[in-house]
Amino acid sequence: MLNKWMKEGNHWVWFNAMALTLSLLAVTSLIGLLVFKGMQHFWPKDVAVYSVQDGKGGQVKLIGEQHRTGERLEGDAQAGVSHIPQMLVKVGGREIFGADFKWVDEPAVLATDYPKDMMVIERYEWGNLYGRLVSLTDSDGKKITGDAAQDSFQSLIAQHGSLYEKLVDIQKSKIGSINHSVEGLRLERRRLELKNALTDVDIARLAEERKVLDQKYALLLADMEKLKLLSESLGVAEVEVMGGKVVQLPINKVVAATLPNEMGAFEKVGEFFHKIWEFLSTDPREANTEGGIFPAIFGTVTLVFIMTFVVMPFGVVAAVYLREYAKDGFVVRMVRVSVNNLAGVPSIVYGVFGLGFFVYIVGHGIDQAFYQEALPSPTFGTSGLLWAALTLALLTLPVVIVSTEEGLSRVPRAIREGSLALGATKIETLWRTVLPMASPAIMTGLILAIARAAGEVAPLMLVGVVKLAPSLPIDGNTPYIHLDQKIMHLGFHIHDVGFQSPNIEAAQPLVYATAFLLVLIVISLNISAIAIRNRLRERFKSIDN
Amino acid sequence: MSSVNVALDRENRGLNLEQEKVAIHVHNWNLYYGEKQALKNVNMSLPEKRVTAFIGPSGCGKSTLLRCFNRMNDLVDGVRLEGRISLHGNDIMEKSLNVSVLRRKVGMVFQKPNPFPKSIYENVAYGLRLQGENSRSVLDDKVEWALKGAGIWNEVKDRLHDNAMGLSGGQQQRVVIARAIAIEPEVLLLDEPTSALDPISTLSIEELIFDLKEKFTILIVTHNMQQAARVSDYTAFMYMGELIEYTDTDTLFTNPSQKQTEDYITGRFG
Repeated sequence: MLNKWMKEGNHWVWFNAMALTLSLLAVTSLIGLLVFKGMQHFWPKDVAVYSVQDGKGGQVKLIGEQHRTGERLEGDAQAGVSHIPQMLVKVGGREIFGADFKWVDEPAVLATDYPKDMMVIERYEWGNLYGRLVSLTDSDGKKITGDAAQDSFQSLIAQHGSLYEKLVDIQKSKIGSINHSVEGLRLERRRLELKNALTDVDIARLAEERKVLDQKYALLLADMEKLKLLSESLGVAEVEVMGGKVVQLPINKVVAATLPNEMGAFEKVGEFFHKIWEFLSTDPREANTEGGIFPAIFGTVTLVFIMTFVVMPFGVVAAVYLREYAKDGFVVRMVRVSVNNLAGVPSIVYGVFGLGFFVYIVGHGIDQAFYQEALPSPTFGTSGLLWAALTLALLTLPVVIVSTEEGLSRVPRAIREGSLALGATKIETLWRTVLPMASPAIMTGLILAIARAAGEVAPLMLVGVVKLAPSLPIDGNTPYIHLDQKIMHLGFHIHDVGFQSPNIEAAQPLVYATAFLLVLIVISLNISAIAIRNRLRERFKSIDN
Repeated sequence: MSSVNVALDRENRGLNLEQEKVAIHVHNWNLYYGEKQALKNVNMSLPEKRVTAFIGPSGCGKSTLLRCFNRMNDLVDGVRLEGRISLHGNDIMEKSLNVSVLRRKVGMVFQKPNPFPKSIYENVAYGLRLQGENSRSVLDDKVEWALKGAGIWNEVKDRLHDNAMGLSGGQQQRVVIARAIAIEPEVLLLDEPTSALDPISTLSIEELIFDLKEKFTILIVTHNMQQAARVSDYTAFMYMGELIEYTDTDTLFTNPSQKQTEDYITGRFG
């Protein structure tokens, strides 16, 4: 019976099915964990008031949201150890209470209440604050209490939100662009100086231009001061926090205030997506443990795109030469072996090479040749977007070469001969027929390259990725794409938030969420590349039959 | 025209190789693949606007010889050539000769239909575009002319922009022939053009060959002796790289002068 079963190969089928199941399970549980742990962060949790025994016979009240549970051990080995369940409560207000989180023994909790008027106040600094709105003093000095207080609180926050946006706009783009121009003038002057061509006319012209910019700057600064004053005088909220203390909270410190205990399921879902959107679209705050990760998303995608534009032509041209032109012999075989081996070199080695070669040698050379005026501060002689992209391109080059070669070798000889017999030269045949037919394979190489590049962190730490980049690598100032700038990157962001952050507990869910996002970005980059490949395959399907 | 008529028509013409105008002249032609000699001292004159068939067992060098006429052997590593081949008196092996120009004069159709994975229209326009022809109206006219010449216009005129890979094998081969004649070559080389096709497609290609010889000098390599007898005016029998016998088709099949030819056409080997 068993023998017959084995003879039919059933055990192999089962074995294969098991292996497949295990792989699927691994992938789904990976994604599942990331989603579950990451998305928790965005769900508006209820704010509880815990009445806790203080161990001296009295009671204290803790206000906050349950972050996670754990346990602690009590006793010693001889007397026996007991496990006491605990929970970690996020109480917020670390400038008042010393830390954002407090461990509470679950047996010590006497009662848990969810008062409707408990607020979660997200602030620009010092993290969340949990408490009850007592009153509100508006800009005229009028004190508002009761239900009306909450309404005007919300409308003042909204007002401040739009003021804040204007402020950031002035600060970042307008003043940023003036700074860019001022720096441009300084460099122009220095350039003329270096050429010994600085004339009085130039000095006067530059001074004139500088004056115009200074005037613009002064105007903007005045605008900014006005906005700042306006936002500072919006009003002050009095919030009763844990321990009965009333805190004065100026409106311009508040990002948002919500009442999760009052929310219905739909409102919570709405707030959930609102928070996710915020996470995706805003800049990070508080050493990256709060706010969004938009610059990191932007940096990652920009980096991958630039890498693609570099690696594609180089990889394809190298593969075409190896497959179509180079005479097969010892040297070509050695080159091919080396290319294959390059794919196995640890990525940090590429990072070191990128730093040593691109940054220190090439970058330094470029600075000496073209950016003399900016020295001693380096332009390309320091890590930046371009060098990161080139390092990644080098890292993924073997993948592109190998799969392009594969694609070229699959173009039937008959097709090439057909083209040559019509009077096409070799290069015409390549351009018009062979390369288009190999394009699905080239796309496969690109997919693999993107998958590898988007997830790479180690080499990037050496050649251009930083914890916090002051501005995006693409903006409205000429030359629009700033290849010399340092960028933020999701992979490095995960490492930084997860392991370099002062506020581990607060950062943990962000790590999961960021990791999930990174996976999502890699998947969507891949899916778009796969979609393009499938369309190409459809067009050139003769290869397969 | 059916193949029976084709055969009758030729019989009545009383062909004579001596009186034909010469298109291609082969003189003391030798070809080596490394050490191995694939063609041994071939001498022959190929007549203009006639169909000449090359027959012989596998590996006898008939395809190799055919590929010499448009210098396809240039692509093969380790080939050595000796002798002289001239097209209308011009040496085609000359170093200064532009191979692309030669191949425009000497078109070729291969054993397996090899349309490019492009539309039918673009397949036929390929050679024209290579010559820098980009005018839409000129291309339209020439594509139509070539497809009509290849006898497939009526079948594909409504789907010129469909992928040529979607056609049947016989249709593909006729599109490939259209592609070859679109650039109006002087000579058309057919390397076993029907060996991958079914009998009905084969018949249509054979009829097409008969029509095409009014305009082109046609050289056809075939494994199929009946086919050679049906379509060709002259037949060359090759064996082991040598040209054994070369004369008008009727004589070769009814009254061969060489023992080897007789053995081959009567099926005693091959």
